[in-house]
Amino acid sequence: MSALNSNIPEGELTSRWTKFKSSVALVNPSNKRNLEVIVVGSGLAGASAAATLAEMGYKVKCFCFQDSPRRAHSIAAQGGINAAKNYQNDGDSTYRLFYDTIKGGDYRAREANVYRLAEVSTNIIDQCVAQGVPLAREYGGLLDNRSFGGTQVQRTFYAAGQTGQQLLLGAYSALERQVGMGKVEMFTRHEMLDVVKVDGKARGIIARDLISGKLERHFGHAVLLCTGGYGNVFYLSTNAMGSNVTAAWKANKQGAFFGNPCYTQIHPTCIPVSGDHQSKLTLMSESLRNDGRIWVPKMKDDQRKPTAIPEEERDYYLERRYPAFGNLVPRDVASRAAKERCDAGYGVGASKMAVYLDFTYNTERYGKIEANKANMHNPDHETIMRLGREVVKEKYGNLFDMYKQITGEDPYETPMRIYPAVHYTMGGLWVDYNLMTTVPGLYALGEANFSDHGANRLGASALMQGLADGYFVVPYTLGAYLSKEIANKALPLDHPAFVEAENNVKQTLEKLINIKGTKTVDYFHKKLGLIMWDKCGMSRSTEGLKGAIADIQQLKKDFWSDVRVPGSIDELNPELEKAGRVADFIELGELMCIDALDRNESCGGHFREEYQTEEGEALRDDENFAYVAAWENKGDGTFALHKEDLKFENIKIAQRSYK
Amino acid sequence: MSTGNMNLTLKVWRQKNQKAKGELVDYKVAQISPDMSFLEMFDVLNEDLITKGDEPIVFDHDCREGICGSCSMFINGRPHGPKEGVTTCQLHMRSFKDGDTIVVEPWRAKAFPVIKDLTVDRSAFDRVISAGGFISVNTGNAQDANNLPIPKSQADAAFEAAACIGCGACVATCKNASAMLFVSAKVSQLALLPQGQPERYKRVQNMVAQMDAEGFGNCTNTGACEAECPKGISLENIARMNRDYYSAKFVSEEEA
Repeated sequence: MSALNSNIPEGELTSRWTKFKSSVALVNPSNKRNLEVIVVGSGLAGASAAATLAEMGYKVKCFCFQDSPRRAHSIAAQGGINAAKNYQNDGDSTYRLFYDTIKGGDYRAREANVYRLAEVSTNIIDQCVAQGVPLAREYGGLLDNRSFGGTQVQRTFYAAGQTGQQLLLGAYSALERQVGMGKVEMFTRHEMLDVVKVDGKARGIIARDLISGKLERHFGHAVLLCTGGYGNVFYLSTNAMGSNVTAAWKANKQGAFFGNPCYTQIHPTCIPVSGDHQSKLTLMSESLRNDGRIWVPKMKDDQRKPTAIPEEERDYYLERRYPAFGNLVPRDVASRAAKERCDAGYGVGASKMAVYLDFTYNTERYGKIEANKANMHNPDHETIMRLGREVVKEKYGNLFDMYKQITGEDPYETPMRIYPAVHYTMGGLWVDYNLMTTVPGLYALGEANFSDHGANRLGASALMQGLADGYFVVPYTLGAYLSKEIANKALPLDHPAFVEAENNVKQTLEKLINIKGTKTVDYFHKKLGLIMWDKCGMSRSTEGLKGAIADIQQLKKDFWSDVRVPGSIDELNPELEKAGRVADFIELGELMCIDALDRNESCGGHFREEYQTEEGEALRDDENFAYVAAWENKGDGTFALHKEDLKFENIKIAQRSYK
Repeated sequence: MSTGNMNLTLKVWRQKNQKAKGELVDYKVAQISPDMSFLEMFDVLNEDLITKGDEPIVFDHDCREGICGSCSMFINGRPHGPKEGVTTCQLHMRSFKDGDTIVVEPWRAKAFPVIKDLTVDRSAFDRVISAGGFISVNTGNAQDANNLPIPKSQADAAFEAAACIGCGACVATCKNASAMLFVSAKVSQLALLPQGQPERYKRVQNMVAQMDAEGFGNCTNTGACEAECPKGISLENIARMNRDYYSAKFVSEEEA
């Protein structure tokens, strides 16, 4: 296999994308009508790509496993979306967003892609506002911003704690508009189960109609995977129950390399696990760190209620360790610091695996400001807190309500208990500058690709990337490929490649349902999750990873001999859907451990215990590991490593410091 | 696997497929923890059913944090159960008592046919949106976002209408199975914003026409939809939609 070609255009960083756009081959309108594009997934990346490509004139088919494209998991993103608008006049710029993202990613992302992302970030805000997305505004009628981790400017646009929902509904309405015009054919409750390749190029997919169980063949001149991340490999995560790696994993088996699978993001502020019945974890938005202070008691195993612990007996460990960024350090740093305190015995709550996120200080501060505005002199403490709570409620009301609903505790009265949880995966299908995988005609967008966040994603950058890829990047880069496909007619669906792919899928489904073992799918999923969380989670070691690989291989054998999938293939059967997804997660889990074991350094979300500074910070090895690990699936259970060297020509690579 | 001490009787709607006849079936669940969510209690039941060789109960769910709008259980005669302002996935077992009998049915509406057990087909909502629930702006046609200041109160009102998650509780609870709250939330969001003005009257006509075509009932101002909406969508939206709908007739006559 030849070396990876990232197809980065020649020229200066700052002018590459402009030059690319003005010189890329175009497809004329009458030809666009004959070119078919398959979009798998209807989240921010998928919905925006499907809508935009249809607007441009392509024939689009869009697939989602949910009952409506509006339910894709982008909907659950809370905090916000970054854009280098500099509306706050605080020194933001395209370059600064680019720099923050590269640094935040611990210097493991590709400069050219990240710069382009920063460039188009401003267009996203414009587009969304034009669609009627109700982003938060100031009293003057202009857009409001807030702070997120890993930056010192305010560039995060938001809609209360429902930014993802509002942005997705914007993209969804653009998509539904095209559906209504007959330019996008929408397939809900459909799951892609394989990519169909002819002469090495992606030519379509096999999808299962989840209601009838029927397998369907769909042709496309190009296939776009916008299928999200694989955080559910850990079983417990902030992902939706249905979020899965299946589409990306099938693509990997068909020759699309998987980039940096070990880069996973553990989000520092989630509601802690309360028992073994737990099916998912709930995030408390990073935006809360704007106004919340994180602490643990200075005394080990302190049994007092948090409100009874005096100020001087609290350890605000993020402010102590990172005075420059304080509570707004990036996620990987904040998560590890919480784990460090809990492992050292300072954790709080019944499980002792939690820290406090406390709003008292800022509630009081806001209360004083409000009292001042109302010309109240010497207001009593109670009045101040009441006024402050109103401000906090307006900012984070829905999050506070959610916390109370889940834990039964009132965060206006007592600090939240939080602990890190799996949230996002920076790794994904390897793509070039055009977002094309190593299979020609097969693209990956949004969280499904590896491209922009390096080893750690900054808050409010996932929404930015999903929409950048879908609205503004792939509509241009796809033309470079499709302009050469004009002569290729749509393939008949009885083409041997479709027949064979469908048979393979059918055999796998039959195999799963006929095992008739003794354990449920969830039993295996939970086992996998525990292995991954213990050995390939926030902290990793050679020994642990080697053990995990052996455990996963055994789990795979057990799964394929003892899983019980009830019901039949030809009906709505969620257990069968889950079984297929867990089978893929098991294989991916092994690759994640292989990748983590191979990367003998610590960077971003990948923390290897052997590689840390004396202060316990991640210790990178730029000499030997400044590359993207792209894994080829050999099909026999082994993987071959290909490296894309990362060149930093515009940013001086340095140790990441937030102190 | 469960760790609590609540014992409950469930009466759950089972229906093999859209054509089959359904019925309520009794199930016992034991050792339920009050910290479990309602859906986690169903997970426990389903794990048990699978292990015993029975078919698990099929229900829609995904994000389990109250925002995707997938979950849709009609619990003891109320959509999303007894607690106000939450979806089924955010309902916790501490809202019930040991020994309770809980009846769980799917959404019931002509426009939401049952697919299987507690899962219904809500694609009618997508078709209503595709009839007009958008602003016609192609990608790349936008001006700078701050060139269009919008008063905060107006933006906030639009946001409140836009908070709808499309779960369909409003339809399920309405004696007429009307979708007016859902449709009016989208109509209002866009009617409140300057960006939505050019298509304002055409939009409301098209969306209402599609709503009627889908077989949703009429609104008789009972207000059950507002009371049961997990996102607090206000009846004011229906009033606003009706105003726009009637105004639209004059507007289009003038145009014609």
